[in-house]
Amino acid sequence: MQIIQPHYHAIARTAQDYERMAMSGVVAVCEPAFWAGFSRKYPETFIDYFRQISEFEPTRAAEFGIRHFCWVAVNPKEAENPGLSRAVIEQMPEFFKKPTVLGVGETGLHKSSPSECEIMEAQTQMAIDHDQLLLIHTPHLGDKLHGTRRVLEILERMPVNPDKVWIDHVEEHTIRMVKDRGYWLGFTLYPITKCSPKRAVDLIEKYGGERTLVNSSADWGPSDPFLLQECILEFRRRGHSLQEAIEIFYNNPARYLGQNPKFDIKPIRVEEIR
Amino acid sequence: MLSAPEVLDHNYLESRCLLLELAATLDRLDRARAGGGSDSVESDDRLQRIRASLTILADRDATPDRAERILRLFSDPAEG
Repeated sequence: MQIIQPHYHAIARTAQDYERMAMSGVVAVCEPAFWAGFSRKYPETFIDYFRQISEFEPTRAAEFGIRHFCWVAVNPKEAENPGLSRAVIEQMPEFFKKPTVLGVGETGLHKSSPSECEIMEAQTQMAIDHDQLLLIHTPHLGDKLHGTRRVLEILERMPVNPDKVWIDHVEEHTIRMVKDRGYWLGFTLYPITKCSPKRAVDLIEKYGGERTLVNSSADWGPSDPFLLQECILEFRRRGHSLQEAIEIFYNNPARYLGQNPKFDIKPIRVEEIR
Repeated sequence: MLSAPEVLDHNYLESRCLLLELAATLDRLDRARAGGGSDSVESDDRLQRIRASLTILADRDATPDRAERILRLFSDPAEG
């Protein structure tokens, strides 16, 4: 089955992951800008990072026949430094012109501090002004419920188009508030935090698969890019058809990301040849 | 040997994950029953064992042999 991995931090992963993803049907990955595990001191470090994910990483993925797209943003953890963040944000529009940059992400909240909220708002405004897709990170654990509510409060007082907004890392206690407002939502599959493959399938069965993206953890911490394939297997083992799986794991990312014409991978349908 | 705070630190997230998986499994079972599935599982011995295990886990005064007690719950009765 063909798969799109919509949230993948390739710079933290090996070429072997690309190879195995290609063998398991992954045709495209999208790499949001994220926290490197330490807080960067200089705007230039971010700019080089954006160059890495928008210029170099597509060539590494192409070795395995995988399309690589990316997003640029100051992540919520480093948004704690507003001066640095604003210096980076000023330079982001240059990257919107690059052929594989899809939008602003991941912005959002981590501890929901005033600085984080200010920088999320600034980046949301930038996405609106430049007609870019917007990827919002929600906090990981005990902060998730409050942080997700705060994200929605910030978005609600801004003229965002919900079609263009993807709110990621939702779980059982945050899915309804995101879905009810018409945003795209994402499940992120981790070995022990965020969502698991089985719980993601439960949520799809309970709430439907519309405007839903599923991505596996893939970063420098304990994570497993192949939880996405495990989730597809669980989905199929519960009796859902191949086309239903394609809708969730391929067509939905194609529809959401395809709102940016640079993402030219179209939804597909399986048909029997008669 | 780890101290009690260290044990909690090392195992907190994994325990949270295991509890969530169990909760989601019981939710899945309830949804299946509500969706017209057979209600016969309530008398299924395996479900009764799961519920009995939860009682052991919820007992704050339990002795530190919970794993052994749960394994005994899931053991086949001796023959003869």
